[in-house]
Amino acid sequence: MSGHHQTLALLLFSAFVVVTLAITTWVTRKRQGSAEEFYAGGRLFSPMENGFAIAGDYMSAASFLGISGLIALYGYDGMLYSVGFLVAWLVVLLLVAELVRNCGRFTLADVVAARMAERPVRTAVGVSSVSVSVLYLVAQMVGAGSLVALLLGGTGDTARSWTVVGVGALMVVYVSLGGMRATTWIQIVKAVLLMGGAVALTVLVLARFHGDVNSLLTSAAERSGRGGDFLSPGILYGGSWTARLDFISLGLALVLGTAGLPHILARFYTVPTARAARRSVVWSIGLIGGFYLMTIVLGFGAAALVGPADVRASNASGNTAVPLLALVLGGGEGSNGGAVLFAVVAAVAFATILAVVAGITLASSASVAHDLYASWRRPGARRRGEVGVARAAAVGIGVVAIGLGLLAQDLNVAFLVGLAFAVAASANLPALLYSLFWRSFTTRGAVWAVYGGLVPAVLLVLVSPVVSGSPASLFPGVDFQLFPLENPGLVSVPAGFLAGWIGTVTSPEPPDRARHAETEVRALTGAGAV
Amino acid sequence: MEAGPEAVATRRADPWYDEPDPARGGQDGGAAVTEDGRSGPGAEPGRGPAGTCLEAEPGRSAADIYLEVQRGPAFQEVRRRYRRFVVPASAAFLLWYLAYVVAATTAHDLMARPVAGALNVAVLAGLGQFLTTFLLTWAYVRHARLHRDRAALELRWDTQEMTRGVER
Repeated sequence: MSGHHQTLALLLFSAFVVVTLAITTWVTRKRQGSAEEFYAGGRLFSPMENGFAIAGDYMSAASFLGISGLIALYGYDGMLYSVGFLVAWLVVLLLVAELVRNCGRFTLADVVAARMAERPVRTAVGVSSVSVSVLYLVAQMVGAGSLVALLLGGTGDTARSWTVVGVGALMVVYVSLGGMRATTWIQIVKAVLLMGGAVALTVLVLARFHGDVNSLLTSAAERSGRGGDFLSPGILYGGSWTARLDFISLGLALVLGTAGLPHILARFYTVPTARAARRSVVWSIGLIGGFYLMTIVLGFGAAALVGPADVRASNASGNTAVPLLALVLGGGEGSNGGAVLFAVVAAVAFATILAVVAGITLASSASVAHDLYASWRRPGARRRGEVGVARAAAVGIGVVAIGLGLLAQDLNVAFLVGLAFAVAASANLPALLYSLFWRSFTTRGAVWAVYGGLVPAVLLVLVSPVVSGSPASLFPGVDFQLFPLENPGLVSVPAGFLAGWIGTVTSPEPPDRARHAETEVRALTGAGAV
Repeated sequence: MEAGPEAVATRRADPWYDEPDPARGGQDGGAAVTEDGRSGPGAEPGRGPAGTCLEAEPGRSAADIYLEVQRGPAFQEVRRRYRRFVVPASAAFLLWYLAYVVAATTAHDLMARPVAGALNVAVLAGLGQFLTTFLLTWAYVRHARLHRDRAALELRWDTQEMTRGVER
């Protein structure tokens, strides 16, 4: 890769940074910092705008580069991820989006705590929301460092460290100054860039094969050297029974976790009504589904045009498959077309990272200020300080994320995204679904559901092969491995639901009928929604 | 109160409208609402909205109102329509997804069976997941628009009307 792409890619990066900072300044002029404004961006976004922002919030660089890379290396098994990431949106659409919009104000805890004793429930949900966000954020930061270093050619530690610091600083600026309004517009811009980039590459790939998908798949299978097996499952997850169960566990976490991700739920508060929330999910399902269909074409395109061997030689986990494909599509190494396409892909990946980390930082600062601080501040303290706390929390979370990102940059943290989804599915989702749909749910049930999912998920990962006892572990030297799977979802998701049920049936206090009635009426009609 | 029904009608048509309505209650809405929250001069207690036959009694709290709305036939109908759609639909798509994941990890021979050209069962099943997701999205939105939205919106305004000014 020559210096030519790098200059161009750096120019595009800088252009994106300038544009996003301009957006941040522009949206913050002449607005007072109310909670409505900071957490929910004024609640007047249109469904289409919010749909693009949701897509921009959800589709990380891991989706764009990672899934296509997995398909390029392992064929069909890479596709399994994209199916889980998409089907998860049906849970959001059918069971969560409208009801959450109607019942809550700013965070997930608003919905769960509405029927319960406020402080313990808000604390529990706040803790698990912040945990999910920090896990996800660290994965994104480490990914950002290695990705930018990879795309710019410099694999040196300095380049990576500065990328982590730079990404962290930018996200803090966007969030603490611009709040939800700036974050939303950055996500919209990113979603447009990402869709544009993906459409352009997909069209070029299909044009290479004269629009014949069959010949695309056949040449991918031939070039992989595995023949028909490349187009059927089993290369990545077909080995031992542990590997198979591990994928089932991850699949469960992916499909149920999305509906418990705090940064996704926060997006529904930026539209005025539940109906608008529903329509934004429809937009996002269209965008996300279309995008994942395109990543399948790009993945098989990379396998056919670049070849799994070359992809693996460039990066063992396949993250460079799409950039390499862009080089080939533009005319190959050294051509101007190749340089331009490569730089565009790099810039889109960078924009993707920034938009995702901004969304997560905002959601976690809202959890810290609105859930943890608000339920533990001194009685009598005024509510006014909350937005200030949220801005400060964004800075604090940024510092923590930068610190953890720098510490973890040499570690294999790919499991963190799966873990974040698993915690969201096992702690947040049971509490949320029970409080929306179960009449007898009580405070103890809510608290137990959250901790009963969060604690097993984290403990199981600590004693799993990702931490110790295998060559790819965080600590390969020691072995305290007790649990065979890398993803805890298969155990922790049922554990969360079970703990919520046991907590409820053993609860000494009766469920509050009147507040259940209020929650249910508000959830389904929107009465009293803000 | 001639203005009352008209004002309510415009409000129902406009989901953005969420302000107290000074026309109802004859004078300044805030002043007209007394302790019991309903019986300002000229207010029509228990104007049976949307077939809910709700009676306004003095001294009700917001909790009573929500319990009463929840018991009312209009709300029960909205809830029944919602659940009758989402419970079977959720069970179906979750089972279909789990079956797909389990088949992909355990039933290699079945999934590798060729269908046409390079297409095999696995590729078709994967694309089928995309297709069913899009179809179910369309079906849910259509169902909500045709069978739920109007009734839910009416209940929303009626409930807000009743709870306005009530001690919480």
